[in-house]
Amino acid sequence: MSVQSDLLTAAREQVLEKGIALDESQILAVLTSSDELLPELLALAHDVRMKWCGPEVEVEGIVSLKTGGCPEDCHFCSQSGQFTSPVRSVWLNVPELVKAAEQTAAAGASEFCIVAAVRGPDERLMSQMREGVKAIKEAVDIEVAASLGMLSQDQVDDLVDMGVHRYNHNLEAARSYFPQVVTTHTWEERWDTCEMVRASGMELCCGCLVGMGETVEQRAELAAQLAALEPHEVPLNFLNPRPGTPFGDLPLMDSKDALRTIAAFRLALPRTILRYAGGRELTLGDLGTRDGLLGGINAVIVGNYLTTLGRDPKEDLALLDDLKMPIKALSKSL
Amino acid sequence: MTSYCGHCGEPLDAGSHEVCVRKLELEPPRFCADCRRRMVVQVTPASWTARCSEHGEITKPTWS
Repeated sequence: MSVQSDLLTAAREQVLEKGIALDESQILAVLTSSDELLPELLALAHDVRMKWCGPEVEVEGIVSLKTGGCPEDCHFCSQSGQFTSPVRSVWLNVPELVKAAEQTAAAGASEFCIVAAVRGPDERLMSQMREGVKAIKEAVDIEVAASLGMLSQDQVDDLVDMGVHRYNHNLEAARSYFPQVVTTHTWEERWDTCEMVRASGMELCCGCLVGMGETVEQRAELAAQLAALEPHEVPLNFLNPRPGTPFGDLPLMDSKDALRTIAAFRLALPRTILRYAGGRELTLGDLGTRDGLLGGINAVIVGNYLTTLGRDPKEDLALLDDLKMPIKALSKSL
Repeated sequence: MTSYCGHCGEPLDAGSHEVCVRKLELEPPRFCADCRRRMVVQVTPASWTARCSEHGEITKPTWS
């Protein structure tokens, strides 16, 4: 018990007081700490978030512009065309995209992320983006983000010109585990796109999926690799096993492990927006969602996801109100 | 008449679909209830639309 208490004392001095992130070995110590230590660990992660990020919570909505038929084989994803998933290919047109942005703004969000299931965007998709982003900016008071897979430098420049302020491209898994998750592209290709995005001036949103069968050591490795990228935002997804995918039969992540992961990621990324993304409803439920918001999380996706449904945004907003956590206003960076 | 499970596509009278019913609280149906065809489904932040080539389109708001 004293070793575990020492761990928290050291983390308090290093991360809370000095703002210095935990390194990989320290993250691993947090991830392997006992259940008894969890309440204290979450409280420390919350203190770190409050000190280095503040009380505000960033609220975002997402929509799938192009669903299904993806040539990649990300083993967690129901949108891969390589698996026998029931998800079929469909495109959203520009009026529907604007409507989705309006729904997102009406839910209290300041951020709207347009997502496409592709390896990288082709000219048809970039053209749809040009038209769609312009139409959204004319009709809706909301920041526009995008997630369109791997980019070329010209495509990065195009997105900057369109006024896309943040780009999402997840590492998804630790470098050492990535070949077990994806075989059609490499972890390094993802890293390269992230570096191009960061150099462009767009905010980099780079997250991951946990609970895919990785070891706890690989989870610590992943947190350290994300921290090395210095992203503006890290969306944290918990595996929601999808029918027909190679990971379709994996169990849900244990809720205590999920909360420990939230706290560990906060201590690895003290100044970063740490967002609840997919899978929290199943992995954590209502009580766990609250615990995570009091354990390092400072951003949420509200409403539905890309192919699955989320909670009623009113429930999330009521929870934030209950926790005295103000919603981040539009155009104000955390 | 509804004959097929929207989640797994199997006939409703073939075994229990309790798990499927729970899953459909957090995901839209993927199979047509009338003919079990895979539907084209679009999820948006506040609703979903599922279209069967034979039996038409259903749109359901998930919150208002």
